[in-house]
Amino acid sequence: MPSYTAPLRDMRFVYHELIDGDSLQELPAYAEATPDTVDAVLEEAGKLCRDVLQPLNRGGDEEGCTYENGVVRTPAGFKEAYAAFVEGGWPSLAADPDYGGQGLPHLLNTLVEELICSANLSFGTYPGLTHGAYRALHAHASQELKDRYLPKLAEGTWTGTMCLTEPHCGTDLGLVRTKAETNDDGSYAISGTKIYISCGEHDLAENIVHLVLARLPGAPAGTKGISLFVVPKFLPNEDGTPGVRNGVSCGGIEHKMGLNASATCVMNFEGATGWLVGESNKGMRQMFTMMNLARLAVGIQGIGLSEASYQGAVQYAHDRKQGRGLNGPRYPDRKADPIVVHPDVRRMLLTMRAYTEGMRALGAWVAREADIADAHPDADRRQQGDDLVALMTPVVKALFTDLGYDVTNLGVQIHGGSGYVRETGMEQFVRDCRIAQIYEGANGIQGLDLVGRKMPAHTGRSLRRFFHPVANFLAEHQDNKELAPFVQPLSKGFGRLQTVTGWLAQKGLSDPEEAGAAATDYLRLIGLVALGYMWARTAQVALAHTGDDGDGFYAAKLATARFFMQKLLPQTGALVSQIMSGKDALMDVPESAFALSA
Amino acid sequence: MKVLVPVKRVLDPYVKVRVKQDKSGVDLSNAKMAMNPFCEIAVEQAVRLKEQGVASEVVVVSAGPQQSQETLRTGLAMGADRGVLIPTDVALEPLAIAKLLKAVVDKEDPGLVLMGKQAVDGDNNQTGQMLAALLGWAQGTFISKVELQDGAAQVTREIDGGLETLQVKLPAVLTVDLRLCEPRYASLPNIMKAKKKPIDTHSPEDLGVDVTPRLQVSRVEEPPARQAGIKVESVQELVKKLHEEAKVI
Repeated sequence: MPSYTAPLRDMRFVYHELIDGDSLQELPAYAEATPDTVDAVLEEAGKLCRDVLQPLNRGGDEEGCTYENGVVRTPAGFKEAYAAFVEGGWPSLAADPDYGGQGLPHLLNTLVEELICSANLSFGTYPGLTHGAYRALHAHASQELKDRYLPKLAEGTWTGTMCLTEPHCGTDLGLVRTKAETNDDGSYAISGTKIYISCGEHDLAENIVHLVLARLPGAPAGTKGISLFVVPKFLPNEDGTPGVRNGVSCGGIEHKMGLNASATCVMNFEGATGWLVGESNKGMRQMFTMMNLARLAVGIQGIGLSEASYQGAVQYAHDRKQGRGLNGPRYPDRKADPIVVHPDVRRMLLTMRAYTEGMRALGAWVAREADIADAHPDADRRQQGDDLVALMTPVVKALFTDLGYDVTNLGVQIHGGSGYVRETGMEQFVRDCRIAQIYEGANGIQGLDLVGRKMPAHTGRSLRRFFHPVANFLAEHQDNKELAPFVQPLSKGFGRLQTVTGWLAQKGLSDPEEAGAAATDYLRLIGLVALGYMWARTAQVALAHTGDDGDGFYAAKLATARFFMQKLLPQTGALVSQIMSGKDALMDVPESAFALSA
Repeated sequence: MKVLVPVKRVLDPYVKVRVKQDKSGVDLSNAKMAMNPFCEIAVEQAVRLKEQGVASEVVVVSAGPQQSQETLRTGLAMGADRGVLIPTDVALEPLAIAKLLKAVVDKEDPGLVLMGKQAVDGDNNQTGQMLAALLGWAQGTFISKVELQDGAAQVTREIDGGLETLQVKLPAVLTVDLRLCEPRYASLPNIMKAKKKPIDTHSPEDLGVDVTPRLQVSRVEEPPARQAGIKVESVQELVKKLHEEAKVI
């Protein structure tokens, strides 16, 4: 198992130097987020992740969750670790002070979530979903429901879930069959079966709060007839303690490729008592509050796993001695050189690092804008933040998990055969990452969300929230000679993105299949340009510090930025050709041609 | 009873130590710093004494660069009540620190000073003993267990031959060893509360202590890189090498 050190130096760089996270403390809601507090929180979270969560990651994967007679047990050590996590108050980090939260920015929460995902992704799903449920209730529930559930979720003594999927409906939630019937006391009786419910049943918390999509009697068909209900495992007593068992039970858990310590449950609702959240038939919109946050959080999982894999790969590349440098021995006094001397190993390491650090920077920028969208006093500025977050949510979700999968795969490759062996822990990162490309909306759906909804939204306003800062940066630095090796490639990639965007807007309008054929490539294209923008900004900051760089941090940033510009960003050229070749190569193939031939 | 806990800001024990190019010392520029691990243990023990109702107040004190304030905040987040900062850019030697601490003890009048047996940067293992001597107080060093009752401390010390149990009259200076207790993780709410806890600042001049160094560091070098081992053919060869090359027998 590779050892793990929280990448605090890079996090501090991103927070304080790159994206000016400290400006958030000027917002009244985030006055507590002073630089020293941010550092102290990251420091302590890093310790907890390193010493408590990470040591359970391998064992948790081997042992997995177990199911017996409706009871789900998490692997050895998880209960104690979760108790320490709750004891430390970590679930309350970004929760509202009115409900026992610490009121810290989403930006800081994002960085802490990355630490948790690196250390133990399975563990992270329990508090992760809890925070999603917290947010959905906070945004939409009645005061009474808020008072009952939010303090418990912020404490973490109760955890949350989101129950959407049913056996016959995944992506197309308009098909939901679970029904809600009206009870005399204003509550509802919920009946139906939900599947793939992460953390639906477990032994970590005294109560589990399910947010369930269901149909009211006579509701319109499709997504316009779906309502959101809160259904607790134990019905709360008047004093807030968990009371009698509700009619919801776990019918079994899935056996999966990865994420084995996170219980994926079949949940049966048999006339379970639930309460309507917000207005009836508005459930889809309300669930999207949770879903959008969850999509950003899933993107962060991609970063966390990338970082963990990179740390393992770097250690191995220095330790493993095989063969000699291609231009002669680098360490003649040893029997062989470490494999880090080889160009191809460096290609892999630098690809891992350039993507990981680039994603961290981009994810942090989007998180900061989410805080601004939540808490800025100026409505226009809030709208700007909201637009950028809306545009970037599918990018963060799909790009970060696709790259996370690529990066963790490289981590295995650098290890050779020992990476394929379970005990090094490298292959677990690949398996754990695989689900992130699927859940909370498969990555193909994210592409459709981007080109079908976000790109045309408000006649391209969301898109401009990204294009304008990039264009301004390029204009501002076009004569900066020092920065030219970064500005020029970015300018080229951005030009390609603009061209393709115009082409796609026109084509897609008249032929949705053209948009669909381009969606995944277009998401990758805008994602690479966004990473390029973050790397160019990183280079700009790093160049100002060449004189005070005792530990070589800024020099490494410049080297990685250069690698990104020269070796990764040029992929935009191929993507342009792929996209502009249009849909024909896909759609001219008749369905019958997909038949299996004997 | 008030407990005073001196804490030191040192290079994080998890990071690699780099020597400055001119060999004048360890390179601390941009390096990650942390509370000395032995000091963490002392803070933990003091907070436990407070939770047991034995101590009434825990005061952490640190002498060093202005950023030692962060180290004090760490102690406050663990549960200490307030801090005392003695800012100075002078590289402090154990005697100077002991004198500074004596001045703080004179002001604060604690019933017990609980501190790390040594700091992992200088590894001097002197400050506690010097402080006890300057105060004329009893001392218990390298303690792995402590119980307070009737104006005395019963302490177990880790010594070369095993464990030694002593009765120490209070007030006293106790220096703690690794096995005394395991420091807690600061909780998020306590990290937030720590910001609002008071820290008093006194310069060495305010305290009337001359901290000018008495020692001069002539050179700091990294230990020589370890040479690859060899296999010996026979016991005779081993003995010969131990005798002639290693000169250990």
